[in-house]
Amino acid sequence: MSRQPGKVSTFLVAAVVRLLGKRGEKREQRERARERERQRELERRKGMSQDELDKLREEEQKGRPGVPPPARERDVGASGAVFGGVLLALLLATVAAAGFIVFYVAFPDTQLLGLCIGLALLFLGVASALAGKRLFPREEAVEERHDFGDEEKRAEIEGILEESVEGVSRRRVLTLAAGAAGATIGAAALMPVTSLGPSVGARIRQTQWSRGRRVVDEAGRPFRPEDVPIGAFRTGFPEGGKFDELDAPLILVRLPWDEIQVSDEFKRFMPDGVMAYSKICPHAGCAVSIYRHPLYEPTEPRPALVCPCHFSTFDVSRGGHLVFGPAGRDLPSLPLALNAAGELIAASGFTERVGPSYGGVRKGPDDQPLHRGEG
Amino acid sequence: MIVRRTVRFFDERIGVAPKLRNALRYVFPDHWSFMLGEIALYSFVVLVGTGIFLAFYYVPSDANVYYNGGYAPLRGTKMSEAYWSVLKLSVDVPAGLLIRQSHHWAANIFIGAIALHMVRILFTGAFRKPRELNYWIGLTMLALAVFEGFAGYSLIDDLYSGMGLVIAYAVALSIPFIGEDFAVLVWGGEYPGATEFWSRLFVVHVFIVPVLIAGLIAAHLSMITRQHHTQFPGTGRTESNVVGSPMWPTYALRSIGLLLITAAVIFLLGGLIQINPIFLWGPYETYLSTNAAQPDYYLGWLIGGLRLMPPFELQLGDYTVVPNPFWFGAGFPLFVFFVLYLWPLIDKRLFGDRRGHELLDRPRDNPRRSAALVAFLGWVALVMLAGATDRVFFRLDIPYEGQIWFLRVMVVLFPPLAYFLAKRYFEDLQARDPHPLRRWTGRVVRRTDDGGFETLDATDGASVAPSEHEEVAQGRSSTPTGS
Amino acid sequence: MRRRVGRLLARALLGPPPGRRRLPRPVRVALALLSAGALLFVLAAPSAGDRDRVLAQAPDADTERAPLPEDRAPLARTPATEADRRLVREGRRLFVDGCSTCHGFDARGIADRAPSLHGVGALAADFYLRTGRMPLEDPEDEPRRRKDSFYTAAQRQAIVAYVGSLGGPPIPVPHPERGRLSEGAHLFAVTCAGCHQIVARGGIAPHAVVPDLEGVKAIDVYEAIQIGPYVMPKFAYLTPAERDSIARYVLWTQDPTDLGGWGIGHIGPIPEGMVTLFIGLFALLFTIRAIGERTTE
Repeated sequence: MSRQPGKVSTFLVAAVVRLLGKRGEKREQRERARERERQRELERRKGMSQDELDKLREEEQKGRPGVPPPARERDVGASGAVFGGVLLALLLATVAAAGFIVFYVAFPDTQLLGLCIGLALLFLGVASALAGKRLFPREEAVEERHDFGDEEKRAEIEGILEESVEGVSRRRVLTLAAGAAGATIGAAALMPVTSLGPSVGARIRQTQWSRGRRVVDEAGRPFRPEDVPIGAFRTGFPEGGKFDELDAPLILVRLPWDEIQVSDEFKRFMPDGVMAYSKICPHAGCAVSIYRHPLYEPTEPRPALVCPCHFSTFDVSRGGHLVFGPAGRDLPSLPLALNAAGELIAASGFTERVGPSYGGVRKGPDDQPLHRGEG
Repeated sequence: MIVRRTVRFFDERIGVAPKLRNALRYVFPDHWSFMLGEIALYSFVVLVGTGIFLAFYYVPSDANVYYNGGYAPLRGTKMSEAYWSVLKLSVDVPAGLLIRQSHHWAANIFIGAIALHMVRILFTGAFRKPRELNYWIGLTMLALAVFEGFAGYSLIDDLYSGMGLVIAYAVALSIPFIGEDFAVLVWGGEYPGATEFWSRLFVVHVFIVPVLIAGLIAAHLSMITRQHHTQFPGTGRTESNVVGSPMWPTYALRSIGLLLITAAVIFLLGGLIQINPIFLWGPYETYLSTNAAQPDYYLGWLIGGLRLMPPFELQLGDYTVVPNPFWFGAGFPLFVFFVLYLWPLIDKRLFGDRRGHELLDRPRDNPRRSAALVAFLGWVALVMLAGATDRVFFRLDIPYEGQIWFLRVMVVLFPPLAYFLAKRYFEDLQARDPHPLRRWTGRVVRRTDDGGFETLDATDGASVAPSEHEEVAQGRSSTPTGS
Repeated sequence: MRRRVGRLLARALLGPPPGRRRLPRPVRVALALLSAGALLFVLAAPSAGDRDRVLAQAPDADTERAPLPEDRAPLARTPATEADRRLVREGRRLFVDGCSTCHGFDARGIADRAPSLHGVGALAADFYLRTGRMPLEDPEDEPRRRKDSFYTAAQRQAIVAYVGSLGGPPIPVPHPERGRLSEGAHLFAVTCAGCHQIVARGGIAPHAVVPDLEGVKAIDVYEAIQIGPYVMPKFAYLTPAERDSIARYVLWTQDPTDLGGWGIGHIGPIPEGMVTLFIGLFALLFTIRAIGERTTE
């Protein structure tokens, strides 16, 4: 038995036309009712004196003239169709809710459960809304508003407050003393809040890196320069350190010597062209995990480290110099050296502050950033 | 029968009958846009319900564990206990994922509904006297809801939320002068912070903020019942009455219907559309990040701002007064909320209107206010767009840096441009669409060429141009107009 | 005049004022839904290249090509048999026709235009030609995956043989089934997610679009790790076992376990926000519009 798409579509079109037509009809009815109402109002006004009209106008300034809204009647007493609709919706809600129970016990699949409970609520909601809108008599009620603001009572309050303290001498002194006590108690109550965290001290400036500390990978294996081939990036950590602190992770990259444009002093700390940068963006602390390394330099973007959160872009050939994006500082770099076994170690601690900026991020007695400038 | 007995039981003991009677006859002015707040209210109900279920499973701990459950891609992976507990809830607990996803969708809808509600309030002037207090309460709830959403998103400690949390840490750190101490205080140490941080975040998310919001909701609603709703101008509606449907039966039934349908939409989304698939993101480590990571959409304006900001940090000597993330991570939202809080006062001053208003404006009734709102809210939305610039580059191949520069310029140009265009638009609307108050009817007497008079029946204001009947109109009527 | 310009602009931007030639409501609703859907699609759906690829996944012998058996693998060194020599000659002819403008007649590259291909091996030639990245229209363009390779399978084989004869690594043989999924997921998070996104839905590295990995094959993953095409790093330090794991994870991400239902693009909050606004809140707005009144009359 083949479906007849023609018929189905005809039916759909007919249904839509019918629905739209009904809407149109209703709108027309409403328009006609409005027009009648308007005519009545006009007739009423024709008989009014000038005074009455003025008064009316005055009222209009405040709002709308006091014609009581007509009690709109509609479909009261429920047509059979509406009643049937509500009943059907309630029935379907029951079925769907039962479905939820069954599936929960037998086959708790997220989609089936969501569908069942969602449909149950939907049908119940439709039933309720339909009943409220079509089944029950609808009326338009008017309530008067109350004006707020009672001058007499306010005056009384003032009186009570003032009278009751009259006769007490040196009120000012008492008020001051009470204020002082209250404020001090408040301050005392706030003290425990400060113990929520340790004091900052110099802690935030210290890092886990210091001269001689080996650079290792996630599994704790030390790196040699050849583990960081040109064009690759590696993630390094301080040997035996806490890997999850912001000062720990490094991103290691390597460039050929002729592409590195930093001072010779800076180059001394890049064994075999391997350089280490803090993997934490100095903007907002995300891990700098985009390494853009051109396969063929002449036609492709320059090598850069980029943070995927706000796309601060750091030029690795210029020692992590910021070239685009919101970061307020360059990417801090860690001076590297080789130990006797040919493994990468830190030549010193970081020479710049690691992690997002804060007030003292650019200062400190031990702070002597290496000059990155063109070599 | 049961109803009568129940009412009698309570009435004889605590005297509920008069209040109940009034409540049942309480009049709601009927306009669909008044129900936006109800959507927010009902999503909050769903949030509380689903949230309690989730809280029974969540473990606020950063202790390292190794996953050994049924989800293959993460088997043997090191993760925090917090992430582990949510992973277990999502993968192993029947209906756990449904409830978690519904919770998240509900939060998205909650905040969206509050925002839409606020836009309605602003454009119709419903924040004017006597409703400033309630407007401020609502605004506070919006701020709390956004914060609450972020806290919940961050609790999971998956890759996306970890990246969000470290940005929050950077923003806290960037507060001028007190940033270092403040951040360390909140996190219980330097990022990633002490173990207690997770308890703190948990308590804030499941107790402090929800209780605050619930209290403010109570205040919001009781203030509404005391003041009654505003209403749009219309036949028989004045500054001193309120016209609409009584609570029982029609409004209550419809409102219950809305509650159920709101919950239905949330649970249907929760069951059918995947949200925040933390099992796909994997656990967070400080040294991990992913492309295309975003905060939830209601924070899109902050990530957008952070991306737009040029690389500038205010320094005094070698002291960094304002680190970069502060500008748009904290300063921008503070400024936006500051303006919104002040809006009722600005409005009073701008229009010299200090009277109370029970009748609402339509947006076109006050083109300057509406245009200013379009400019201001549109400006925020523009910054929000910047949050999606990376995906726009990915999808549409419009270079990222070009987009950022374009938006940097637009951030300056957009508000005046939008104000100008929107003002024209609303004035245009006002001119075209006869306002009920301006729609003249009655008889128009006109001088004819030969010196006599003629009387025109102008029942429809549209048929006589305004200038022609100014001097002679006899009456002014509120003809119901289609709108 | 100024007023009229303003009005026109306002109308162009904000739509016609109500009451004038307004579209019927059903049409407007449909339009709104359509545009919302389009927006959602634009930001959440797979990229244009992918849609093409989905089509290309239809049974097509040459894209589904398995690693060649040892004896037919394009040559890494000097051609051994007469058939091989013929293949290389044919490849060289095609190369001169299609590639030499940039890479030079001897495949040694042209300065500031394109690199030398001596030493890149059959591996690179296979990757670039099979995924449709080469040839490029403009040497400055970013090579992107294309659904239709410029050459037929036979032609590709010839060019690959020619480039392979210039020296370099052969086409690798992947074994994703030997990889460990969880190891792959972790390696991907550390190594690849920064650019390719954690579920391999692609991303950006400013100035370059990072492709998503939907529809790529295990061999593509191997070759790309080795080559580091365009601005991608070369992860030559990864062991074969690690590459197997990554490849396995990449294949897994192409159809990840969407426990939660419809995956909406697997990139998180942007599509989620759109669903919230255009499905969730839209449905609720429709609801309150239906059950509320409109009484500004």
